[in-house]
Amino acid sequence: MTMLGDRQQLAYIAAQAADARVNVELETEGMTLNIGPQHPATHGTLRIIARLDGEQVVWAEPSAGYMHRGYEKLTEVRTFPQVTALVNRIDWLGSFANEVPFILAAEKLMGVEAPSRAQHIRTILFELSRIANVSLFLGDLGVQLGAVTPVFFAFRDREYVLNLIEAATGGRFHPNFDRIGGLKDDLPAGFIEETRVVMKKLRTFCDQIEDLLFGNEIFQSRTRGIGVIPKDVALQYGLSGANLRASGVDWDLRRDQDIPMAWNKTEFKVITHPDGDSFARCWVRLQEVRESTKIVDQLLDTMPAGPVMAKVPKIIKVPEGEAWVSTENPLGEMGYYVVSQGDQGPFRVKIRSASFNNISIVPWLLKGVYVPDIITILASLYFILGDIDR
Amino acid sequence: MGLVDRGRLPKPLTTLFNMGRSYSLWVYQWGLACCAIEMGAAFGSPRYDVMRLGVIPLPASPRQADLVVISGTVTDKMAPAIKRLYEQMPEPKYVISMGSCANCGGPYWDSYSVTKGVDQIIPVDVYVPGCPPRPEALLEGIVLLQQRIKNEDMGARWRGEGTKPMNIVDGESAEKGGVPVVVHN
Ligand code: SF4
Repeated sequence: MTMLGDRQQLAYIAAQAADARVNVELETEGMTLNIGPQHPATHGTLRIIARLDGEQVVWAEPSAGYMHRGYEKLTEVRTFPQVTALVNRIDWLGSFANEVPFILAAEKLMGVEAPSRAQHIRTILFELSRIANVSLFLGDLGVQLGAVTPVFFAFRDREYVLNLIEAATGGRFHPNFDRIGGLKDDLPAGFIEETRVVMKKLRTFCDQIEDLLFGNEIFQSRTRGIGVIPKDVALQYGLSGANLRASGVDWDLRRDQDIPMAWNKTEFKVITHPDGDSFARCWVRLQEVRESTKIVDQLLDTMPAGPVMAKVPKIIKVPEGEAWVSTENPLGEMGYYVVSQGDQGPFRVKIRSASFNNISIVPWLLKGVYVPDIITILASLYFILGDIDR
Repeated sequence: MGLVDRGRLPKPLTTLFNMGRSYSLWVYQWGLACCAIEMGAAFGSPRYDVMRLGVIPLPASPRQADLVVISGTVTDKMAPAIKRLYEQMPEPKYVISMGSCANCGGPYWDSYSVTKGVDQIIPVDVYVPGCPPRPEALLEGIVLLQQRIKNEDMGARWRGEGTKPMNIVDGESAEKGGVPVVVHN
């Protein structure tokens, strides 16, 4: 399968590694380690080419593109309502969260705003998809470190959240529920009570994971002080989301931004951690699930009555213009720059997805680490391949 | 198995072998995109629990697997790796294509970088439609595959008669050698 391009790349790696020997006295023969493209620890099809000197990484480079599906080109041949079905599948663990910024951008161009009930339900579903997303991360994290039990807990409790999303939207995974001007439907009967019960279960799940995993000595010794990203480096590489907050930057688009969503009607803490190591990144995510359950609870209490759909024409034509909207997705900042020329479909869409920027730090971060730590660092950075390659 | 390659396997032995094979399927999880998470839910979660069907989802490498589940979007960059993996698996080997993407390209039917169906590169035994299919649908696909294995003539398979891609027919005619399809999402 080694194509010419690959061979050239390997030759290039070898040349680079020869330059950058870390250990000159105890010279060992270098080795190129290829992780992926199909490896359980890469959450999909990321390929990492690492040049090793003994147990240490001299040089590492992620090779993305195995999951490239050509989103930005595809959006040009779809109409606006069809694009939502497509963008669902970018970050497949938190599908609903991908729809929202795109719909908001389209609404901004059209000058419509969803009714406040629709904004509330959107925010609830947004936070539910965050919970579904990050709870799987917490389970998976254990597997990467050799602890198999948490993943069963995660899959068990994640099902409750997926059931809620399914009850409201009809889709377990890809809801395609958001419409320009509101939502497809109102909430089903009994959703609010059921959600309260599930949020309680999720908080118990967080406690369990905290006891099982975060309190575990092996877990701590494998993640504390490993893969440290200082604050300024994190900012330079354009990290966002929990990866940035774990480096001590107090930055959360839910709080800092004024967009027509219901976050500003709730109280929540923005969790940060000063350390910037793998442990901090995992810990911040765990606490964020807790905060999300609280946000959902508050929104359920203050749910306004009213319609869920604003008045929009049957055939949607978005007026000429450009709009940028980004939100704080489970993985970080995700935004769409939509250019419309007055047609039924967008003229051009630029997608800024969080994982792509988050893994751009991998070559910097993996330099000098030991081979087993590659896996924990990648796990704690938390990316989703669809979000990288699009 | 000298009997098999000469194409002469007594009927009772065939039945016995096929039963053994169908209830100890080692499945390699080739998770590619969103469908991989539903496959994970089917294989790894306590709610769906695939092991009760006699399927073991933990081979360390494709060289130890009987069945591979291709779940998700196959891109042109990934396709050579899939073919290579398939060639590493020992015979008799089976393929389940899970999700619209692996079946036919799915939502990316007009994309420039997506392979429109994994059956363009490797032969597929069971197609599980859906975007993504529910974990139950994948389990049903596995049950259909087990039915098919049970009705297989190993001699014919050895001569390569049972492995060519066939027409898509409904699940009931699986015993006649067609490709079963799970029909609901
Ligand atoms: S079939 Fe649908 S859910 Fe499955 S990988 Fe393709 S887009 Fe994702």
